[in-house]
Amino acid sequence: MPTSEVPVLDRARTRVLEEGLGLEEADILEVLRLPDEHIPAALQLAHEVRMRWCGPEVEVEGIVSLKTGGCPEDCHFCSQSGLFSSPVRSVWLDIPSLVKAAQQTAATGASEFCIVAAVRGPDAKLMQQMRDGVKAIKEAVDINVAASLGMLSQEQVDDLVDMGVHRYNHNLETCRSYFPNVVTTHSWEERWGTLKMVRDSGMEVCCGGIIGLGETLEQRAEFAAQLAELQPDEVPLNFLNPRPGTPLGDQPVMDPKDALRAIAAFRLALPRTILRYAGGREITLGDLGTREGLLGGINAVIVGNYLTTLGRPATSDLELLQELKMPVKALSATL
Amino acid sequence: MSAAVGTYCDRCGQADPADAAAHAGCRAARELEPPRYCTHCRRRMKVQVVPTGWTASCVEHGSLSS
Repeated sequence: MPTSEVPVLDRARTRVLEEGLGLEEADILEVLRLPDEHIPAALQLAHEVRMRWCGPEVEVEGIVSLKTGGCPEDCHFCSQSGLFSSPVRSVWLDIPSLVKAAQQTAATGASEFCIVAAVRGPDAKLMQQMRDGVKAIKEAVDINVAASLGMLSQEQVDDLVDMGVHRYNHNLETCRSYFPNVVTTHSWEERWGTLKMVRDSGMEVCCGGIIGLGETLEQRAEFAAQLAELQPDEVPLNFLNPRPGTPLGDQPVMDPKDALRAIAAFRLALPRTILRYAGGREITLGDLGTREGLLGGINAVIVGNYLTTLGRPATSDLELLQELKMPVKALSATL
Repeated sequence: MSAAVGTYCDRCGQADPADAAAHAGCRAARELEPPRYCTHCRRRMKVQVVPTGWTASCVEHGSLSS
């Protein structure tokens, strides 16, 4: 039954809210094109969808870079590529510091700790560092360990399962048709291949990307639809934070209204997925945007700092969650 | 933490970091970024960001932390 003057939101109310099915690509595009005055209605519906199909809990995660910089790939948004004149230097985090970061993350109430490395894929040294690091974390602190190490072989997927890594992040970054404009050193299909192996292994799949890379609204809708096809357990939603020295260093920060449209659209495309606020939200949406997103379909946050840039203090996000009466998802609920 | 005033800007590595007009963007950006350049010698520092802070090390002039 129509409830608004916006036909696409009426269709979404029936298909997404009532039936739990994701919005199809043509309607995702319509949401991305909604006039400004209809953004609050889209966010409200996205929030209802999140509450109905995911519940009120918010999953909190901390991330840390185990190996920073010096990456051989040319992802045009990334300050960690060794191919650009970025000021980011290569550095490794030692195991005691990794464990300390996990403990500090757990102390915020987070249930997830993701270890990230700037690589095409892990070599033997990195896999050994992961083996030692995950073991040390599990001995020291109760927290789920996730990993993001680039493209994997089947043997490496199996090794990560054996280590007890419960979720693997590998972002598609953008839609298939725009990917060659952003990355030329590997293909979208290679990333998809790793994601399929991860899915088949039983690890949870975390796959999202970056909005505002210069893609069209049609391509943004295409990306949401491709993620819906993958059905990841989690989608981290980043907004481009243009990094000095990268090919996208002069790209403008995206319009906050477009960012809010994207949040609503991705929630309506992925009604049952953990939709996480990730990098770039501070620069794109500011403090107010964090609240609007959490009331517009977002049900997970990265707290504290990112890999090479800084975020809001964890306490700011946790206080906001308390104010919004959104409980932090307990570790026990994720095991 | 705002950009430290030294010989070089700790975000862009250029001279005259006290020139407010020239480095206004750097100062604003540094609210959400760790330092990248040593303010004494302009070397790129080794920077490790963790969820609750950062450390930045210059091979010649030592380490800073948040």
